[in-house]
Amino acid sequence: MPQIAQLAATYSSQIFWLLIFFGFTFFVVGRGMVPKVMETVAQRDKQIADDLFAAERARKQADEEEASWRARENANRAEAQALIADARGKAAIATADRLAAAQAVIDGKLADAENRIAEACRSAAAEIEDVAADAARDIVSRVAGLSLDDAAVRSAVKENLVHG
Amino acid sequence: MAAEGKVDPMHQFSIHPLFGSDSWNIGGYNIAFTNSTLWMAIAALLLFVFVAGGAKRQLIPGRWQMAVETFTGFVDGMLAANVGPNGKKYVPYIFSLFMFILFANFLGLLPLGVIGLHAFTFTSHFSATGVLSILSFSIVIIVGFAKHKLHFFSLFVPHGTPALMIPAIFVVELISFMVRPFSLGLRLFVAMMAGHVLLEVLSSFVISSGNASLGLFAIAGLPSFILMVGICALELLVAGIQAYVFALLTCVYLNDAENLH
Repeated sequence: MPQIAQLAATYSSQIFWLLIFFGFTFFVVGRGMVPKVMETVAQRDKQIADDLFAAERARKQADEEEASWRARENANRAEAQALIADARGKAAIATADRLAAAQAVIDGKLADAENRIAEACRSAAAEIEDVAADAARDIVSRVAGLSLDDAAVRSAVKENLVHG
Repeated sequence: MAAEGKVDPMHQFSIHPLFGSDSWNIGGYNIAFTNSTLWMAIAALLLFVFVAGGAKRQLIPGRWQMAVETFTGFVDGMLAANVGPNGKKYVPYIFSLFMFILFANFLGLLPLGVIGLHAFTFTSHFSATGVLSILSFSIVIIVGFAKHKLHFFSLFVPHGTPALMIPAIFVVELISFMVRPFSLGLRLFVAMMAGHVLLEVLSSFVISSGNASLGLFAIAGLPSFILMVGICALELLVAGIQAYVFALLTCVYLNDAENLH
């Protein structure tokens, strides 16, 4: 077994050179370069964490903005609805007023027309009476040769007209 | 070896000085540059290149950077799970430990014999794994005493121990604690060595049965070869698992030092 057989001859060389090369590894690689590598990893992890945090914050802000926009939008819509309802109410009232006014004018005209018709009827009836009275007196004077009083003829005609 | 018709499964673990075998000394101790040293250097260099390629610090990582970040994230997660937030400061050490052992284990499994080179697994030597385990254990002890002073000894007295049992439990816990560096280093060394020996033994079956006769090759050599393919896959798994176990146990021990029980 060379490990034991050569121990006396080689142990000093083995220990010395191992310490040299492991020392080189430890001081140059372990202490010199590994911390830099680890630092790079930590930096990258930090950057990723920061980016994620920023993205999360941006998302939250966007959500908030959307919520406030929604609230504003809802308020605007409610306001618009109120305006429309108001306008509709006002228009309905105005229409009703104008209808009432037009109705009143029409009613007045109707009443006038009825009055005029009634007047025309009365004057027509009076004319018929006059004509009938003249005709009756003419007939009486021609047939009977009587000259009757105008008032008597008129009352007789009126009585006949009324009683048919 | 094959020419002699015999394969020595332990030969792969022998250390040969490449240069400086006599002249390189520090305080009388020989520090020859051996094949083991060479593979330590290759592991360290490849690890350097691997991590340097991933340290481009781009916000959107490429494949290479993703690979390196996967490993640092893996070690970071292991420490976070076993030690907690206090474990962050051990990431460089655990990362170095895990990756150095991982690269060493995988490099030792490279089929470089095909092109005439010889891969050497220095993690199959307890003189190397022992250094790493003692290093980890020293850090545990230093952190434990620096952070908790003498209160660190309460680690050896679990909560709810009856007063009468405290001396006995203390001794048992102390022994189990002191065994840790040995179990840590030996586990890696044994696992790596066993796999390599197994592969070598199976390959010697293939070679010697092939040299003997075609019938013997069909009976023994071919099944051994098929088994070798499977064992190779298993060894790749073991290489990763042993590096993970070493790093994980160091994390668990560091947790004791950081948070006591």
